[in-house]
Amino acid sequence: MTSNIESIETVEHDVIVVGAGGAGLRAAIEVSAQGLSVGLVCKSLLGKAHTVMAEGGVAAALANVDQEDGWETHFRDTMNGGKKLNNWRMAQLHAQEAPDRVKELERWGAVFDRTKDGKILQRAFGGHKWKRLCHVGDRTGLEMIRTLQDRGVHQGIKVYMECTITKLLKDGDKIAGALGYYREDGRLILFKTKAVVLASGGVGKIYSITSNSWEYTADGQSLAYEAGAELIDMEFVQFHPTGMVWPPGVRGLLVTEGVRGEGGLLTNNKGERFMFNYLPESTRHEFAADVKEAKEWIDAAIAGQKTTARRPPELSTRDNVARAIYTEVKEGRGSPHGGVFLDISYQDSDRVRKKLPSMYHQFKELADVDITAGPMEVGPTCHYIMGGIKVDADTAQTRVPGIFAAGEVAGGMHGANRLGGNSLSDLVVFGRRAGLGAAEYAKGLKEMPKFKDSDVQAAIEELDAPLNRTEGPNPYDLHKKMNEIMSAYVGIFREASEMKIGVEKVAELKKEIAKVRVGGGKKFNPGWHLCRDLKNLIVAAEAVAVSALSREESRGAHSRLDFPNLEDEKWGHVNSTLSKDGDKMKLEHKPLASMPADLKKLFETK
Amino acid sequence: MSESHSRSKEATLKVYRGDGAQGQFETYKVPMEAGMVVLDAIHYIQANYAPDLAVRWNCKAAKCGSCSAEVNGHPSLMCKTRMDHFEDGEEIVVQPMKTFPLIKDLVTDVSWNYRVNEKIKPFSPDESDTKEWVIYQEDIERVQEFRKCIECFLCQDVCHVLRDHEKKDGNEQFMGPRFLVRTAGLEMHPKDTADRLDYLKNEGHIGYCNITKCCSEVCPEEIHITDNAIIPLKERVVDEYYDPLAKVFKNMFGGGKNK
Repeated sequence: MTSNIESIETVEHDVIVVGAGGAGLRAAIEVSAQGLSVGLVCKSLLGKAHTVMAEGGVAAALANVDQEDGWETHFRDTMNGGKKLNNWRMAQLHAQEAPDRVKELERWGAVFDRTKDGKILQRAFGGHKWKRLCHVGDRTGLEMIRTLQDRGVHQGIKVYMECTITKLLKDGDKIAGALGYYREDGRLILFKTKAVVLASGGVGKIYSITSNSWEYTADGQSLAYEAGAELIDMEFVQFHPTGMVWPPGVRGLLVTEGVRGEGGLLTNNKGERFMFNYLPESTRHEFAADVKEAKEWIDAAIAGQKTTARRPPELSTRDNVARAIYTEVKEGRGSPHGGVFLDISYQDSDRVRKKLPSMYHQFKELADVDITAGPMEVGPTCHYIMGGIKVDADTAQTRVPGIFAAGEVAGGMHGANRLGGNSLSDLVVFGRRAGLGAAEYAKGLKEMPKFKDSDVQAAIEELDAPLNRTEGPNPYDLHKKMNEIMSAYVGIFREASEMKIGVEKVAELKKEIAKVRVGGGKKFNPGWHLCRDLKNLIVAAEAVAVSALSREESRGAHSRLDFPNLEDEKWGHVNSTLSKDGDKMKLEHKPLASMPADLKKLFETK
Repeated sequence: MSESHSRSKEATLKVYRGDGAQGQFETYKVPMEAGMVVLDAIHYIQANYAPDLAVRWNCKAAKCGSCSAEVNGHPSLMCKTRMDHFEDGEEIVVQPMKTFPLIKDLVTDVSWNYRVNEKIKPFSPDESDTKEWVIYQEDIERVQEFRKCIECFLCQDVCHVLRDHEKKDGNEQFMGPRFLVRTAGLEMHPKDTADRLDYLKNEGHIGYCNITKCCSEVCPEEIHITDNAIIPLKERVVDEYYDPLAKVFKNMFGGGKNK
């Protein structure tokens, strides 16, 4: 069956941006500001991207609350949180540029919460030495996306909503275009372009308990991988320590780290503040020694006063808190529904409602729990992937000329574990840089590259195949199977014997996905859309499983029962790097760039 | 499944299936789980009976405003409508928002809203003011309330000017509660300098709103759309166009704009 390519709607832009969350919008705004034509393509309606769910805040060393803060400390916290596996240059640019990006958001209409003297207010978060997160209650992501959305539409960005990109098309080595389809009716669209910025987010839908929406299906990772880019650090999947655990329908739904930032206490079923027992030796000195000191810190934070007391242990990094909760539950000290208790109800109830309004409503409406009157039950949930497409720090370009990546889809910035609040800042810092990089690249091309019709034809056939088959497995069943495999064999705690089974099962599942079948037509058919998503998800599942099995140490979010220690000498200086080699996924351990001496020095001072 | 045992553990949903041209309600039986919401039931139907059942959703946490529909006649977010709030054995009727053209099943074409938004003058601070902004919390409380909006468009769906009188196109277009809230958020921003009153009166037709407050009742973010956004904007328009004396006092109103 051949389609008439001439009849497909074809549009031309200097740059195409795939994904309209914080990174994609910021990239598109930058391309447009450079005077080029940009098309912003998104799977959902504009303004619904995953950024909207970000709650706690955007990290930037503005030093509005704690004057001691500065980019150097932010950089050091980020590298320490990532167990120094981060791309140091990205972490540096991020720490240096985040304050400007936040101020820019304010100039574009974002309305952040304020300090008493009228500056942008900042709150504490895990792994950040100082109060650093600029926020709007617990809906910071919504504020950011709406601000960027309105800035973007008034700047003349052309938006293609509910449109899924299924294939990146090349001219020789370099990018030349993309094929997509509209979810509304399945009609095709061809983009001719000089550059593509991938900003499509994460892979959370490979797990069953996840805080991620349906959109998180590894589209960008898979598109880039197929087009010849490398993926790095895919073993590092962040399990956020506090997801809802009850009722079943909302299991995994995020409970913002802001609850702990505002003084929320974690206890087990014996009433113990167990986090005191789980602080790593390397950072123990930064945390309160006992309940009394932690209380002093919280009291001062609420009053907006300075204190010499150190942070409560609940503000340890996410990898550490998630492991602690998992261990408490496993050893029988969990809450009734298999989590632990998170309590902010000891504080003034008006303050809780003001600081954490959406948490208040979320628990009240979905779990019948009043968080101003009693504790929440929480447990780990898949939240974020630190790994992703390998990019150049300054320009965000991949190794494929013309393909750029920014935000969660890109790897390197966060190393082995991301600090809360560093994602929203990552989006705007590297969204802008990717937009700039893509614009400069596009300006350097004399003419529009040309893709081959045969590549388009092959992509169309692949897309249509599940509808044309008369038999084959149901996409919903296959998705469930993938979730079960990944959760059982490549979850929070990992060991070789299980991961080997996981890798085999993923390989078998990949064959089944190649035979997936769905009924119905092309008109808004979620079953058919899922068939396409599965093709991307399986790339991520394989990448996570293969990388995790290969790294024989525990580092950040990657916790091995059979290799419980950090093995700096062997593993501290390499990224697991994946690339497409025929039909195979090739794994190499490539060395990290080493940090220059002036930055190294920052780790010597306390 | 046996009737007697599963009665309280099984729900009956009647879901609209079809497109703008033709359609009908289909009945599905869905097993109940503790804390289940209507969107869970719709997902169950997709995975088990109807893979092609069209529904929009993203976050399933009442933060993105995608899964708007009419459940037993009430404009609702399916992700926060609890199944155990219905009577045992009560049929749960799920249908698409009526105000917007139907694409398929529960999915409507809401693109009109995006076109309205584009016409509203964007945030316009004084570009020459390059110093760090000092803005006090008490001056932005109201604006922050408006900015909670998740664009579920349920207020647009329930608004009778749009729903029954179809003032969506032509010269008599009504911008609807969502975009009055958006405009109020801009007009009351302490650093904004633009004037949107002419637009409100002559293009957005704010006068069509006769304050029935249906919009405020369905707002999942509990924004006081009518009292805090629409009425103050109406007063500004009245002051500007019908009451020259009141113009003098208008600077005292609504958080410092035009200071």
